[in-house]
Amino acid sequence: MSPLDARDEVLARIRTALGDRSTAPPPVPREYAVQGAHAPGSAALLDLLAERLVDYRASVRRCAEPDVGATVVAALAARGARRVVVPGGSDVGLLVGWDGEALRDTPQRPLPVATLDTLDGVVTGCAVAIAETGTIALDGSAACGRRAITLVPDYHLVVVRAEQVVGPVPEGLARLDARRPLTLVSGPSATSDIELDRVEGVHGPRTLEVILVHPPG
Amino acid sequence: MSDPSSTTRTFLGLPGVPPPTATERGTLRGTRTFPQAARVALADGQLRRNLGHATATIRAKRAAVVGELPDWEALRDAGSAIKTDVMARLPELLEELERNVTAAGGVVHWARDADEANRIVVDLVRAAGVRHGEPVRQVVKVKSMATQEIDLNQALEAAGIQAVETDLAELIVQLGHDTPSHILVPAIHRNRAEIREIFLREMPGVDPGLTDEPRVLAMAAREHLRRTFLSARVAISGANFGVAETGTLGVVESEGNGRMCLTLPDTLITVMGIEKLLPTWRDLEVFLQLLPRSSTGERMNPYTSFWTGVTPGDGPQDVHLVLLDNGRTASLADEVGRQALHCIRCSACLNVCPVYERAGGHAYGSVYPGPIGAVLTPQLAGMHGHGDPVDSLPYASSLCGACFDACPVKIDIPSLLVHLRSRHVEQERRRRRVPTPEAAAMAAAAWVMSSPGRFAAAERATSAGRLLARGGWISTPLPFPLSRWTASRDLPEPPAETFRTWWRRTRGSER
Repeated sequence: MSPLDARDEVLARIRTALGDRSTAPPPVPREYAVQGAHAPGSAALLDLLAERLVDYRASVRRCAEPDVGATVVAALAARGARRVVVPGGSDVGLLVGWDGEALRDTPQRPLPVATLDTLDGVVTGCAVAIAETGTIALDGSAACGRRAITLVPDYHLVVVRAEQVVGPVPEGLARLDARRPLTLVSGPSATSDIELDRVEGVHGPRTLEVILVHPPG
Repeated sequence: MSDPSSTTRTFLGLPGVPPPTATERGTLRGTRTFPQAARVALADGQLRRNLGHATATIRAKRAAVVGELPDWEALRDAGSAIKTDVMARLPELLEELERNVTAAGGVVHWARDADEANRIVVDLVRAAGVRHGEPVRQVVKVKSMATQEIDLNQALEAAGIQAVETDLAELIVQLGHDTPSHILVPAIHRNRAEIREIFLREMPGVDPGLTDEPRVLAMAAREHLRRTFLSARVAISGANFGVAETGTLGVVESEGNGRMCLTLPDTLITVMGIEKLLPTWRDLEVFLQLLPRSSTGERMNPYTSFWTGVTPGDGPQDVHLVLLDNGRTASLADEVGRQALHCIRCSACLNVCPVYERAGGHAYGSVYPGPIGAVLTPQLAGMHGHGDPVDSLPYASSLCGACFDACPVKIDIPSLLVHLRSRHVEQERRRRRVPTPEAAAMAAAAWVMSSPGRFAAAERATSAGRLLARGGWISTPLPFPLSRWTASRDLPEPPAETFRTWWRRTRGSER
């Protein structure tokens, strides 16, 4: 017999190791909660999300839909940001009335990393937010942008709309498409590597600010 | 790949040939037995204070966030069952993963052992250099147990490629010319003052006024690595999960060093053990709840990245996955022992283990320390006899069971330890012509205890041991082979009177 290549040999080893496989393993019990107690976008979930974000040192501003643009501009002004990047597909209206410079980034016309490194921040939307864990999911869509733009600048401002907020982790993951490049963000960059104590601020954005948009009415 | 003849051939397996354990390249086998190494560690007061402080902190955090989830036990049951299912369908799931990674523009490689995996990675880094028209002299690395296990950094260095560890704890270990002592926090044995010393000594251009505030130390690491990240062309990572159904790989991290490595370079090479699979995307709803709460004691770690092959215009465009065996199939061949492959490397079992807390990770000699290391290492590396340090690992436990309670996928570590002890005793019996002292003692005990007369005589003889006792205990090392017992234990002083003589003296008349 000719020597097997690595692939065939590893697979053959596994089949040898498993031996007789006539009895299938029992089905996976899924007795855990796949749905939360509150409907997505409900006031209780928005409160929980805000609490969990703050607990992990993100800052939160809350506003109603008509005030989103003004709230974004107020946040940028408070930060002292002058030049930011926005994903090409994000709502242009958001930055109306801001006297700073917003650079657009698209997969077709990406900004160089060196340029991103000179900017004061990034403003994006999100794909879904998970209230129980204080997690914001970015999926590379037009509202979220390429992964690099939410990574290199030191300040990340995210707009989260009520209908994007779910309770538990299973509800959040079910809304995501695994084939997109996904980043789950829970608070600013942090480390527990020194004496297993958590401190914020290492390589990712050291400041995460979230604008929670209430449903109309 | 779907050629029917090759399917038939691989389906048959290699009957009668047990899968081999890991080759000797790598970091699984230490140079001292656990008792030898632990004795040195126990004498290090600073080490014990560092470990005691860090593990107490993390135990409290873990307990708090686990307590928040009323369905924690149901999640553990699901996690355990998913992993059992993965092992049962491993060949089919690996082929599915390979198909889906390939369809998404990634390239899948297979490695039988550490040497083969290292060779594949070195060749890929060189090929990236050829494509760029300039050799790659430096790669950035995301913390990865698999690449530690195969000692990839050493192989890269031998090929003239510098591997820069970017996880803070790995960086502390690398700059300190040290070895990891914990699965999650490889520098857990260092406190803030020691870390400051290492940074001042080893980081070029570091602020000499550096304090030992953790926040300040983290900032120093950010400054140190920033340029390297922004100019890196090749990154090497491990993977916490590989999803067969979609071909998606995932890395769970905190600092953003993982995102830097997974996003900015052109070439991404991921080395993943074949057991890291999950069947479906949905299964992550279980593991993304179990893992962060068990490892760092957070509801969710700051950053989790998922990627599926290549995304045009976003992230690395040259994406590779190296699937690693290196003894995993040998472990899979043991129906009881294969449970150890369910491990998701959370390190909760280390943090609750009284033995780990006192002896520290280096005492285990393996890149996988603690309770899970004591069951995984002997299976991956094999127990070679003749004083092999790995043989001592299944005995490096008091079998208290705290690890089993903490394990998010319910690996029954105490039973695995006992199972491996019996495998070891059996191996030794076959290896030696004369029985081991332990086997001889057990056989002698059986002979004595099976006869009332012999037992009574032995009891009387025991009283002679009183001559050695001081203050109620015999702490003098007894002569070999009894020294094997008294090396780590004191014996209570034998009573002056045996139970039988006492019974006869006090109640004899009632018979």
